[in-house]
Amino acid sequence: MKYPLKVNGQQLEADVDADTPLLWVLRDTLKLKGTKFGCGMAQCGACTVHLDGEPVRSCVTPISRVGDKAITTIEGIGTDAIGAKLQQAWKILDVPQCGYCQAGQIMQAVSLLRQFPKPTEQQIGDGMKRNFCRCAAYHRIKQAIQHAAEQEA
Amino acid sequence: MQIANPQRRRFLQASAALGGGFLLSLYLPPWRQANAAETDDMAHLSAHIRIHSSGMIEIMSVIPEIGQSIKTSLTMVIADELDADWANVIVETAPLDSATYGRQSAGGSRSIPSHFDQHRRIGAAAKQMLIAAAAQQWQVPASECRASNSRVLHQASGRSKTYGELAAAAAKLDAPTLDKVTLKKPSEFTLIGKFTTGVDNDAIVTGQPLFGIDVDLPDMLYAVFHKCQVFGGKVRRSNVAQIAKLPGVRHAFVVDGVDDFQGISSGIAIVADSWWQAEKARRQLEVEWDEGWAKQQNSPSFDQQAEQLWQQPPAATLSREGDVTQGFSECSKVIEAEYRYPFIAHGQLEPNNCTAVWQQHKLTMWVPSQAPDRGRRQVADALNINEDDITVHVTRMGGGFGRRLFNDYMVEAAWIAKQAQAPVKLLWNRQDDFQHDYYRPGGYHKFKAGLDANGQLHAFSDHFVSFGHNGRPLLAASMHASEFPIGFVPHLQYGSSLIAAQIPTGWLRAPTSNAMGFVFQCMLDEVAHAAGQDPLAFQLALLRRSDAKPANGFAPQRMAAVLERVGQLSGWGKTLPKGQGKGIACYYSHAGYFAEVVHASVDAKGAISIEKVWAVGDVGQFIVNPSGAQHQVQGSILEGLSQALYQKVEIDGGAQVSNYHQHKLLTMDAVPPVEVEFLPSDNPTTGLGEPALPPVIPALCNALFVATGKRVRQLPIKPEMFA
Ligand code: FES
Ligand code: FES
Repeated sequence: MKYPLKVNGQQLEADVDADTPLLWVLRDTLKLKGTKFGCGMAQCGACTVHLDGEPVRSCVTPISRVGDKAITTIEGIGTDAIGAKLQQAWKILDVPQCGYCQAGQIMQAVSLLRQFPKPTEQQIGDGMKRNFCRCAAYHRIKQAIQHAAEQEA
Repeated sequence: MQIANPQRRRFLQASAALGGGFLLSLYLPPWRQANAAETDDMAHLSAHIRIHSSGMIEIMSVIPEIGQSIKTSLTMVIADELDADWANVIVETAPLDSATYGRQSAGGSRSIPSHFDQHRRIGAAAKQMLIAAAAQQWQVPASECRASNSRVLHQASGRSKTYGELAAAAAKLDAPTLDKVTLKKPSEFTLIGKFTTGVDNDAIVTGQPLFGIDVDLPDMLYAVFHKCQVFGGKVRRSNVAQIAKLPGVRHAFVVDGVDDFQGISSGIAIVADSWWQAEKARRQLEVEWDEGWAKQQNSPSFDQQAEQLWQQPPAATLSREGDVTQGFSECSKVIEAEYRYPFIAHGQLEPNNCTAVWQQHKLTMWVPSQAPDRGRRQVADALNINEDDITVHVTRMGGGFGRRLFNDYMVEAAWIAKQAQAPVKLLWNRQDDFQHDYYRPGGYHKFKAGLDANGQLHAFSDHFVSFGHNGRPLLAASMHASEFPIGFVPHLQYGSSLIAAQIPTGWLRAPTSNAMGFVFQCMLDEVAHAAGQDPLAFQLALLRRSDAKPANGFAPQRMAAVLERVGQLSGWGKTLPKGQGKGIACYYSHAGYFAEVVHASVDAKGAISIEKVWAVGDVGQFIVNPSGAQHQVQGSILEGLSQALYQKVEIDGGAQVSNYHQHKLLTMDAVPPVEVEFLPSDNPTTGLGEPALPPVIPALCNALFVATGKRVRQLPIKPEMFA
């Protein structure tokens, strides 16, 4: 099946089976490798992308359910003011250890800051607890979110 | 740095760079390479630096990057001694060539100790040549010149030249001998000791391809490899012929496999146009397995066998000092306790994968491997080809933790690519990863400790029940004979017995120590409480015993220093409200000394909260990159807490874990603050990937004892025990 897709503001097309998860369409068909595969069962958050601005787990989102929703991935989040602030904070505070979870962390953090521009510790804990970091860079992730929240957009 | 032959020299070579500049590289002259007898030493002579006429400086990263920040920290060491402007530095991943670069595997916290001094010298030698080139051009003594920020300066005349301008001339000079070069004084460091951000951060936060899973080749096919859930099971019959006809599937075939857990396993390979098609086809597989001996093994029977083995004397003696039988008879108080811990998995976030191209009897591979040179050997053995016919590119990897010291997935990818005669990316799913790991082995310890009339530890014994095959312990399932408190108690005996098992086991961050820290440091805490002594005071007194005979390079004064400091930092000794407690523990591993305190609380329902962790470490003279160092300590500590609170792999033939919900990780809402301090000492600088992990588990359990009066003697901790 051919699926027209709006990805990071670009109109693209993918010819894949209807049950193919968005994750694999992004990675293997459209060659956008930033979105990562961790668990395949909506547990780890490594595959987080936005559909019309809402975070979803792309590993369990079949392409047939994407419809005409706008897809935003880590490759495109830098054009968003909050996304750019977070990417900057991630670099300054040297958040990544292995870095594998970080695309998902940043995508999740963007939606956290949209909801709570100045999040409390508790809000960060609740908002980010479904994104695993196996390296456990959690202290830095939290600091970077707080740092970004303090920056003017 | 050891140089066997004092005449051995390192050479700098000039050559044309791509784009017309010149390269200045430290290299090994061909006649040295030809001399096989010198192979070992050649390992330290290398091609780490290239300076382009544009001023750009390329520095090679020689160790695989798994998140330990080595790609940043080791290149900082060269750049610092070179006086390179870090802003001009580009870090490249070195080719896999251990003859040129020395040890190129990431494990054992050994990258810093094995490369730190050598990297300083390589940077300093190149700087010395650049200074000599400038001095020659200006006709002034080299001693009047100095280097700073990628420039050589002559103060008296006010002249200066950039490294880019000097590189070609410098490359024509005789190179200094590495062990004769002058190193900076620590006060002159510009990078070492400074918070430095990761060289790949830009690519990471913008989602650029970096990891093994991101490799993409023209006409690449995607593979899955389906193995038996029972360890070592073999394909007997399958519907593989039907699978081969499913949409997108190009190849489907049975691999017979070998019996060795390090070799190729029996299984079914499915190669398709997309990974999703391969994975979907796999769901329709019907396989009859020959499950073999391993089918009968399971965790409850292991527990029973351990109990039975404890009824008998240990099958083997690991160490003996004095006479424990007599020692115990002289004690006024004897404490006995049994400790247990489970098998656990690595669960690194990037599932195992490898991309391979087979072309005209040669292989090219892209692999996230911590030990790629060993992987190349394994592939050569499995495919019966020459190692020289295998080119290996090492990618950044989404975590290692010891899992990728094993290269089973690399062998599988090579095998499948050869059979498919096409570029193939093999990717495991999460269940494959949890069910075909090399697990941290479980274990059982039966301790006995005796106190003399003065409350001093007088006798100590451990009967360690572990796992083995053909009478030999499984990999990483043995115990060091030198485990503390050996040397600090007059009568001591360690013995072991083995339970027969067929389980792939291996190294997990701080191998053996991650379990030994728990059992020994909890047991010593029990002894301290039984003696009516403060656990910190008790451990300090033990370490300072005048009759101590420390073994294995263990320096008790270094451990005492980190213990005392963590006591100060954590406010040790202050009374806490009911339901709260602080626990302390220390452990020496990978040449590093760590002491940690955990503050925990337990509510009326038994729920555990970790309020805070303090860690003090002594890893020698320098902390190369404080950012990476803090990451490693905090990461190790949170990993230890995840193990203590959640992790267990139940065995029933194979591993009964399919995803993270059965092998949990600490998440953002439960992360305590972790305060880290380093106590620099006048000792060689060593690595930080591992030594901070072992003490946190016993420190937590010891804190829970203070909070509740109940002893955790089995991992993972069951909160029900506190309800
Ligand atoms: S890969 Fe989608 S949540 Fe883990
Ligand atoms: S940085 Fe490695 S998993 Fe998060």
